[in-house]
Amino acid sequence: MKSLEELKAIRDRVRNQVDKRQDNEGDIRVVVGMATCGIAAGARPVLNEFVQEVAKRNLSNVVVTQTGCIGMCRLEPIVEVFVPGEEKVTYVKMTPEKVGRVVAEHLINNRPVMEYAIGAEQN
Amino acid sequence: MNIYRSHVLVCGGTGCTSSGSVKIKEEFENQIANKGLDKEIAVVQTGCFGLCALGPIVIVYPEGAFYSMVKVEDVEEIVEEHLLKGRIVQRLLYDETVHENEEIKSLNEVDFYKKQKRIALRNCGVINPENIEEYIGMDGYQALGKVLTEMKPQEVIDVIKDSGLRGRGGGGFPTGVKWQFAANSPGDKKYVCCNADEGDPGAFMDRSILEGDPHTVIEAMAIAGYAIGADQGYIYIRAEYPIAVKRLQIAIDQAREYGLLGKNIFESGFNFDLEIRLGAGAFVCGEETALMTSIEGHRGEPHSRPPFPAVKGLWEKPTILNNVETYANICQIILNGPEWFASMGTEKSKGTKVFALGGKINNTGLVEIPMGTTLREIVEDIGGGIPNGKKFKAAQTGGPSGGCIPAELIDTPIDYDSLISIGSMMGSGGLIVMDEDNCMVDIAKFFLEFTVDESCGKCTPCRIGTKRLLEILTKITDGKGTMEDLDRLEELAQAIKAGSLCGLGQTAPNPVLSTLKYFRKEYEAHIIDKVCPAGVCKALSKYTIDPDKCRGCGLCARQCPVEAISGEIKKPFKIDSEKCIKCGACMDKCPFKAISK
Repeated sequence: MKSLEELKAIRDRVRNQVDKRQDNEGDIRVVVGMATCGIAAGARPVLNEFVQEVAKRNLSNVVVTQTGCIGMCRLEPIVEVFVPGEEKVTYVKMTPEKVGRVVAEHLINNRPVMEYAIGAEQN
Repeated sequence: MNIYRSHVLVCGGTGCTSSGSVKIKEEFENQIANKGLDKEIAVVQTGCFGLCALGPIVIVYPEGAFYSMVKVEDVEEIVEEHLLKGRIVQRLLYDETVHENEEIKSLNEVDFYKKQKRIALRNCGVINPENIEEYIGMDGYQALGKVLTEMKPQEVIDVIKDSGLRGRGGGGFPTGVKWQFAANSPGDKKYVCCNADEGDPGAFMDRSILEGDPHTVIEAMAIAGYAIGADQGYIYIRAEYPIAVKRLQIAIDQAREYGLLGKNIFESGFNFDLEIRLGAGAFVCGEETALMTSIEGHRGEPHSRPPFPAVKGLWEKPTILNNVETYANICQIILNGPEWFASMGTEKSKGTKVFALGGKINNTGLVEIPMGTTLREIVEDIGGGIPNGKKFKAAQTGGPSGGCIPAELIDTPIDYDSLISIGSMMGSGGLIVMDEDNCMVDIAKFFLEFTVDESCGKCTPCRIGTKRLLEILTKITDGKGTMEDLDRLEELAQAIKAGSLCGLGQTAPNPVLSTLKYFRKEYEAHIIDKVCPAGVCKALSKYTIDPDKCRGCGLCARQCPVEAISGEIKKPFKIDSEKCIKCGACMDKCPFKAISK
């Protein structure tokens, strides 16, 4: 490595990773239900898609995490999004394909994707 | 680069390593691979988290779940439950980190961390010390880049001076002033040295920094080299720190590979390289002139100053020598500015100080606090108090060169000048807490035994004086002391302080003087009443059986290795104090607590 620019390029590439190792109070939390029912319904690719998408867009204020059974196994994979100060939004029957829109519209522009959310036309 | 959704941080400091964290890390890797999660979850070996008493420690992010005292057998459950199914394993969480509603607290809200301010330790327990890119990800080598491309050497020195940073090895000499002396000394060749010869019993601050964040020291030494005009550095570290040595060498090799050490760094024309020099563990080699003599390949003995190292140091060239923790502050000062650093701490002691907290304290470990924090906050809030409901008696700072702070001074703010004014010293940061079961004469004796062993023998006051001091102390703990001995102790101590060549001898009497100052009554009890109030000094303790409590079971007599206990079954037994060797075996065994000393 010869220049400061190269050093900064490494920093920006790695920061995404090491940033996860800190307390993240006040961040937007994306919680994926990962109990047996969720995993069976395909929660893992959904979780990973969120992780990739958030990293790709450098959303340092978003934490993607997982939890156990949320309780509505028939609607899995379920993803809950907590934006500080706003009401929780629960997305149901998620797929990796739906993730991109949730990230772009909800996480970035704070407009929940209501058609994916629970209660939208009984799914 | 792979993006991981979860990071499992396993402490790889010496404390957790000794309780098996390496096996735990391997088990995590195996289990995670078995479950096919190795592309999603990173297992990272880090430096010390600080709470060594609870090791081995594993922290899982993004949840921030703090698992303590993890065993290899627990790993499967954590992987299966937490990493696979998202259910945190409550039973393994450190209970201080959990809210009443079972939600996880932020670590900054936990008592142990709440009052801490981690600057020197900022990356310890966060990054993998064997991976330079993680250090770079935490703004690593940005300070070196800034210095080499934007600042003149004098500007660097001015920033360090303005920050008010003082030497963290114990002396407290202003770092910027030291650098200025070396910069002003004419010479074609200059050196930058790092003192990692941490030798105080109970101290492990420098080791933890080198194990957890070796690059911060390397980067700071390069900055120092630029400031004073040196192109070569040496890190003098004791061979007893194998993990630190290994990680430091890996870090140096990586820095060279990335062009952050070597020729023409950042195309600035500045050259700097580093080498490790291993010490054999002699305490005296922590003294600056002895350390440099040892680097030169000679027997590690001190010589008189002046000339100071900044004028004539290593191979008679201008040299600066700073402690590991001092260097660990430099990059942050460069990046955040001197005002930021000077805004922390007290008027004359800026920034923070790392302490290795040990002895009779619940949260044994590594803490970093703003200067001016009181001893009470360290012991009661951060340290979690004294185990078994015992009473705080004193804290020992500064190791064999320092002194005791008694309970009545527990509200003393910790900074260089307050500690000196009460007859102790900051020292490098060992902080040993003592409760009512510690005998202060015995403590003084312990440290004197250490300095007698470690005196290099070059000058008479230290070589013979400390030996005589120890003899008088032994006489007192054997119950053969006289009141004149106390005067003799004081007189001799002053003579050793005044007459010794180097810091080792000049400070060796401190443990005696400070215990005499604050605990004179305890010395007198040993001499006049022939009693050790704490019950530590064996020669003065006498075991007796309370005839009212004794049921005459005979268990004690069977335990006694020297047959000093006799009696008839169902009648009170007796101890023959002539035969008794005071091993205490009878007292431990008695089911009725009838034996006391």
